Amino acid sequence: MALIILLLFPLLGAVAAAVGKARPVAAWVAVGTNCAALALGIAVAVREVQSGPMTGAWGVLRADALSAFMVVVIGTIASLASWLGVRMVAAELADGRSTRARETTYLVLVQAFVGNMLLAVLAANVGVLWVAIEATTIATTFLVGHRRTKGSLEASWKYIVICSVGIALAFLGTVLVYLATLHAGGHSAGALDWTSLMAHASHFNPAVMRVAFALLVLGYGTKVGLAPMHSWLPDAHSQAPAPVSALMSGVLLTVAFYAILRFKAVTDLAVGPAYSRALLVAVSLLSLALAASLLLSQRDYKRMLAYHSIEHMGLIALGAAAGIPLAIAAVLLHILGHGLAKSVLFLTSGEIMATEGTSRIDGIHGLLARRPALGGVFGVGLLALLGLPPFSLFTSELLMIRAEFQVGLGWAASAAMVAMVVIFVAVAGHARHMLFGSGTPPTETVSAGADLARVPVVTVARSSPLVTAPLVVGLVACGVIGVFAWPLTELLRAAAHVVAP
Amino acid sequence: MNGSPFSSSLTLGVGAVLVCGVAVLWLSAVRSVIRAISVQGIALGCVAVLLGVHLHDPALIATAAVVIVVKGVAIPMLLRHVTGGQPLARETRPLVNVPASLVVSAALIFLAFARTRGIAHFVGTTAGTLVPVGFATLLVGFFVLVARRRPIFQMIGLLLVDNGIALVAFLVTAGVPFLIELGVSLDVLLGVVVLGVLAVRLRTDFGDLDLDALQELHD
Repeated sequence: MALIILLLFPLLGAVAAAVGKARPVAAWVAVGTNCAALALGIAVAVREVQSGPMTGAWGVLRADALSAFMVVVIGTIASLASWLGVRMVAAELADGRSTRARETTYLVLVQAFVGNMLLAVLAANVGVLWVAIEATTIATTFLVGHRRTKGSLEASWKYIVICSVGIALAFLGTVLVYLATLHAGGHSAGALDWTSLMAHASHFNPAVMRVAFALLVLGYGTKVGLAPMHSWLPDAHSQAPAPVSALMSGVLLTVAFYAILRFKAVTDLAVGPAYSRALLVAVSLLSLALAASLLLSQRDYKRMLAYHSIEHMGLIALGAAAGIPLAIAAVLLHILGHGLAKSVLFLTSGEIMATEGTSRIDGIHGLLARRPALGGVFGVGLLALLGLPPFSLFTSELLMIRAEFQVGLGWAASAAMVAMVVIFVAVAGHARHMLFGSGTPPTETVSAGADLARVPVVTVARSSPLVTAPLVVGLVACGVIGVFAWPLTELLRAAAHVVAP
Repeated sequence: MNGSPFSSSLTLGVGAVLVCGVAVLWLSAVRSVIRAISVQGIALGCVAVLLGVHLHDPALIATAAVVIVVKGVAIPMLLRHVTGGQPLARETRPLVNVPASLVVSAALIFLAFARTRGIAHFVGTTAGTLVPVGFATLLVGFFVLVARRRPIFQMIGLLLVDNGIALVAFLVTAGVPFLIELGVSLDVLLGVVVLGVLAVRLRTDFGDLDLDALQELHD
């Protein structure tokens, strides 16, 4: 029952948004429902740790520790993003850049997006998971194109073409998994439930499972943004409105990775861990190398954040490749930490873009001197994202590397560390340029091609604590988890054992 | 293959699906390409009907009816609507020209047969031996996606990928659960509808339908 109510919250928020016609109160109701979903998610997680998995909706929904953890992550980021979304909707309406109808659609689609992510991680069945992830693609396509500029239409076009191909491959992989269950004696619709798959996986035909897993990694990996299927990601993340970028980068990528994590556990039982490990190490190192090389020459700070997401997905894939419980727990902690830090940064960059009028790195100087609050949050967020203590990404990266050395992936971990150092230097260089300096306003002498990155500066007063409060909350949460890991230890341990027996 | 009426008509239907896929590569007029896609949807539906009759599975026959209506009629209508103002439009500057495209597609078909024989063997039924054709259609669809510029061809490439996957799913799994059947028939459909909406929006807002116009975002 609790699980159905959990899914009703985003629906309620969508209804409120549709009825409220983008008035501030409707946007605040959406924030409230997301916070309520987070609270209920925490309750479900606590109950799970105490008394085992819950099922609901006649077996369609199931929450074990891994699902519960993902619900908490989704709830957290959704609350933060919709909190800032209230300001964005009000600002866009105030300066006449958008219509009330378009903003209403925006709010409804965001709630649909959040609801489908929750459904994806709560689905007991592989098919329902697939449908939910497909639905997130549809919702986010329109959200990416929200601003109706040529750039945003191009980004949503690429996004839907590439992700439709990806999701189709994931479907083919799912069909092949079903073929494997058929030949292992499963004949009912229940054969595609996670519990049933895990129970029978050791009888699945290894050859079929190998092809199936490769297709699933390619397919869901497209939505994760792993190289070489990443090319939609920088465009979509840089063109989408800031709260949508925060949700996509902070949680959508990792919700898709959740699917890979589950299928990896099934595949490992059928063909042994070496196969999935080789595949994941390959895509991971490719993603890290790509992110490092493109971050060095990056000129747009929203694209910089997008490539940074590709780096982190690579790190997560490498951790998953190690596969032991310690590694999986670290991967999950990294998913939460990256979600918090990255969504705070995308939300901050949305504010910076609104006040500075450009998304180019060389168009911004001395942010720290001119806008201390905004610049401070941006700087601290980058430090968190680069993996410095006390933030939780430091802890999780350390644990992942330790686990990788334990299972003999030390060479891959070393290669990853080289990429991380390169990325650190590159991003720190860009950040120094943006944050420090005399604070003179940006000159108009940026090169041609800068027009696209230029957006109208909003005239609404913006430096209210209302804007910075959710950002600071997010960063403090990231720091607290990094230092104590206290509320999560039990949950992480239980969740890791779901996919790493 | 034993030459029974079932297996020979099944082979015919499956072959028609692949031929329509390759036809997309050598036809350049948008109108004929849409017709090829429509025929492919109907052929796919017929394959499902044959399998449904053979296995005495009414649910599969119902799915087949949905496939024929959606992929044979509704989607082609949507595509015609999207190309609205330009009934005589052609692909004039493909990234890979027609003869080269045909050579590539032959190579892709060969590759599909070489790589997926294992699965075909594993399935072990008459229908199962035809599985490589589904994979071949899928690969041809990929090639259309990368080798043609017009947005309409990207939608068509996506449909080819989708039809290839549906073909594999029909041939591989007899009597699949309802959920999967629904997925097979409506799979990438929503994506294509969304692309249609975007294409119309592109045309009304910016007045052209060439992907060359969409090259502003890069590093």
